[in-house]
Amino acid sequence: MSTNSENMEDLVNKDYEHGFVTDIESDTVAPGLNEDTIAFISKKKDEPEWLLEWRLKAYRQWLKMEDPTWAHLDIEHIDYQAISYYSAPKSKDDGPKSLDEVDPKLLETYEKLGIPLQEQKFLAGVAVDAVFDSVSVATTFKGKLADAGVIFCSFSEAVKEYPELVKKYLGSVVPAADNFFSALNSAVFTDGSFVYIPKGVRCPMELSTYFRINASNTGQFERTLIIADEDSHVSYLEGCTAPMRDENQLHAAVVELIVLKDAEIKYSTVQNWYPGDENGVGGIYNFVTKRADCRGDNSKVSWTQVETGSAITWKYPSCILKGDNSVGEFYSVAVTNNYQQADTGTKMIHIGKNTRSTIISKGISARHAQQTYRGLVKISKSADNARNYTQCDSLLMGDQCGAHTFPYIEAKNSTATVEHEATTSKIGEDQLFYCKQRGIKEEDAVNMIVNGFCKEVFKELPMEFAVEAQKLLGITLEGAVG
Amino acid sequence: MSQENMNNNAQHYLAEFDQFQETVERDWFSEQRQSALKLFIETGFPSSRLENWKYTDVRPIAKQSFSNVSTTTSITTEEIDAIRFQDIDCYELVFINGVYSKEHSRLDGLTENIVIENMADALAKDKDLLEKHLSQYADNNVSPFTALNTAFIQHGTYINVPKNTVVDKPINILYLSKDNAQPLATHPRNLVIMGEHAEATLIENYIGLDDANYFTNVVTEVSLSTASILKHYKIQQESVNAYHIGNLNVTQGKDSLFKSHSISLGGSLVRNDIYGQLAAEGASIVLNGLYMTDGKQHVDNHTRVDHLKPNTHSTENYRGVLNGKSRGVFNGKVVVHPQAQKIEAHQNNANLLLSDDAEIDTKPELEIYADDVKCSHGATVGQLDKNMLFYLRSRAIDEDTARSLLTYAFVNEIISDISLVPIKNRLEHLIIGQLPDAELIREFTNE
Repeated sequence: MSTNSENMEDLVNKDYEHGFVTDIESDTVAPGLNEDTIAFISKKKDEPEWLLEWRLKAYRQWLKMEDPTWAHLDIEHIDYQAISYYSAPKSKDDGPKSLDEVDPKLLETYEKLGIPLQEQKFLAGVAVDAVFDSVSVATTFKGKLADAGVIFCSFSEAVKEYPELVKKYLGSVVPAADNFFSALNSAVFTDGSFVYIPKGVRCPMELSTYFRINASNTGQFERTLIIADEDSHVSYLEGCTAPMRDENQLHAAVVELIVLKDAEIKYSTVQNWYPGDENGVGGIYNFVTKRADCRGDNSKVSWTQVETGSAITWKYPSCILKGDNSVGEFYSVAVTNNYQQADTGTKMIHIGKNTRSTIISKGISARHAQQTYRGLVKISKSADNARNYTQCDSLLMGDQCGAHTFPYIEAKNSTATVEHEATTSKIGEDQLFYCKQRGIKEEDAVNMIVNGFCKEVFKELPMEFAVEAQKLLGITLEGAVG
Repeated sequence: MSQENMNNNAQHYLAEFDQFQETVERDWFSEQRQSALKLFIETGFPSSRLENWKYTDVRPIAKQSFSNVSTTTSITTEEIDAIRFQDIDCYELVFINGVYSKEHSRLDGLTENIVIENMADALAKDKDLLEKHLSQYADNNVSPFTALNTAFIQHGTYINVPKNTVVDKPINILYLSKDNAQPLATHPRNLVIMGEHAEATLIENYIGLDDANYFTNVVTEVSLSTASILKHYKIQQESVNAYHIGNLNVTQGKDSLFKSHSISLGGSLVRNDIYGQLAAEGASIVLNGLYMTDGKQHVDNHTRVDHLKPNTHSTENYRGVLNGKSRGVFNGKVVVHPQAQKIEAHQNNANLLLSDDAEIDTKPELEIYADDVKCSHGATVGQLDKNMLFYLRSRAIDEDTARSLLTYAFVNEIISDISLVPIKNRLEHLIIGQLPDAELIREFTNE
């Protein structure tokens, strides 16, 4: 009898094993996801009650959802209970002590990209002293931004410092239950970036996650919220061309952009997570929900992305064109090599009058890779004189790869004009021949042709980014032809 | 009606099938009917949650309890003469409410080696040949409607053109539907077998009279041997209260050519599916289509072309004009299979929205698993060109007429490609008739 009652007590107390009361000093939570884990994350980050509630609501909705299977992707089953949802930023001592300890392949790539030694150390996670250049650069930047009234900080900082802004806009573009991965992100996101550009301000410089020092440790569930108030302008750069060292396999970020009257946001991404090796082993799963809401009249959003990394990419940066005369743009270059898979594209939802959207998508698929453009252009009944132009071209390299195009067009307004064009072909043999005949090596010729193919998108990138992106493309496709 | 109810109503067809079986003899095909029906009952009517049926809701068809047992309906020669092609010398098969009418069909002068007959007759006497071909090209698993049709196969057209034979006249199949006390579902089944180097022209014409309410569920299977050619026309003029689901399945041999024109003008809920299998080198398929809708019509055109072998070609051009509260759907898919190199595939879909309450949902798709290909597709939604309108207006043509003229010009791109002149003329006449200011356009086009 007494043993029985002990068992009972054990059962009653069992919840304790999993975490709510886990020592707050500990840095990592045990793998698994339940309400306790979420409460732990929230507590660890010292969040207000409403945010915890918001997370829990998202979690409860997530429980009712199923992994999406509609994408043209072959995804191995993900065990969401096997993932640890919180680990505090790694201390510098954990990283490699010097560049000698870093994977030589990674160093080789840095070399090709021409990255300075100090930066190489930073990117590879080598412990660097505080005198590292970027820190001082970042401090200077911060001063300049503060003068202009621009808020640019980590998401956790924003929750503490600007709760009313966060509360007002969080989840207003991508509702927590929007899709499986956004619900997951809403429940467990750890950090990310927050930007607010006040009325009438033109942000004095391009904002880059690269310069937000702790950005590299924001973890696998990143949350970005950018608000451009009336008549403001900002250009935001995410990621960098150098491959980042990362231990987490699953990445599910959410990016929300809010564009008010007459404002403009330009969002550029270079994504170069680890794509796995030549045999398709390993690599990051990148499931991202990005959406911009053009709420005010004459607002504008421009997405530019260069996607070369990740084993699997699932990403559709979208624009909701609510304000009259608002403009949405999507420029994308996606490269898949070896066994990479990408299902990416955009959604343009035209609601306001005289709204315009442009989609330029360039896909390059090599060896065994599979790539899909999936897009939606929706013209609502209210969108008088809406205009869309879409062009998606795919380039194939090697007879084992695949390129697919699935554009959805839904038009309900007779004054709208929608145009969609797509082509798929391999690198022109006569173009190659022409180059080789002029003494250009095949590899360089391919590079040249591919860069020409992507030119329309690269010209949308900020200048230094564009130069790096071109180099990156060459490296990603190395040896894919010939 | 919920999805569940919809599929409860699939059960209705179980009872109907029992009745139907009493009217046909048990034969070699009975087992296939049974399994097709079983498949249909299991899958039920497709729900709009399925990607393939995303924009088309078939609940209006599912909720009606159509009678599937055909009875002979009489019709006078005058009535038929008013509808049939008078100016075209053709072999003609007439079906009234799904039942073959020997009286009105015209098959005299047919060369002995060519077979054109009612499917019911073929089922009874051509077992050996039919066993090899019937239900071999249309997959019951692809569409529940195909399975339903297979269960109820009785009337339809069986055509067999032996090798090195050219059918001297076009073959016209006229499916006429009239009002019936209990609304009817008919399941016409056509099978066309073309021998090596054979050539023929086939017209499938669906006409509904007196705004009748009925459901046509047709399946056509086509097998093209080496270097054979089939020109296929489908002219759909069902009544405004009719439902029409059509599946056309084509399997093509080496260097064969299939050229299709699919014209959809009538029907309240219409779905046309075309599946082209380019199963040998050198095969080509050309798919042209036109849909003109008004009122509350819903017309859905789905096509899928599989390039299974190298050096195969496909071209597709569909145009739509949508007026009133109608809705058009286009989905064209081209799949280039692994190792199918040297492929050329082009696809185009253009739409004109004439009313603010009309809607178009279009999705041209490319799925490519080989690299030595030239593939493209395009889709547009828009209105009439303002500059063109201005030009006509500046020539003292009033706005309505100018609009009608330009709409006609838009549509004419599909019609002008039709090589059979009487059909072309008739379509021109029909289409102009659907446009505002028909008289004025006729004046301009000298019709």
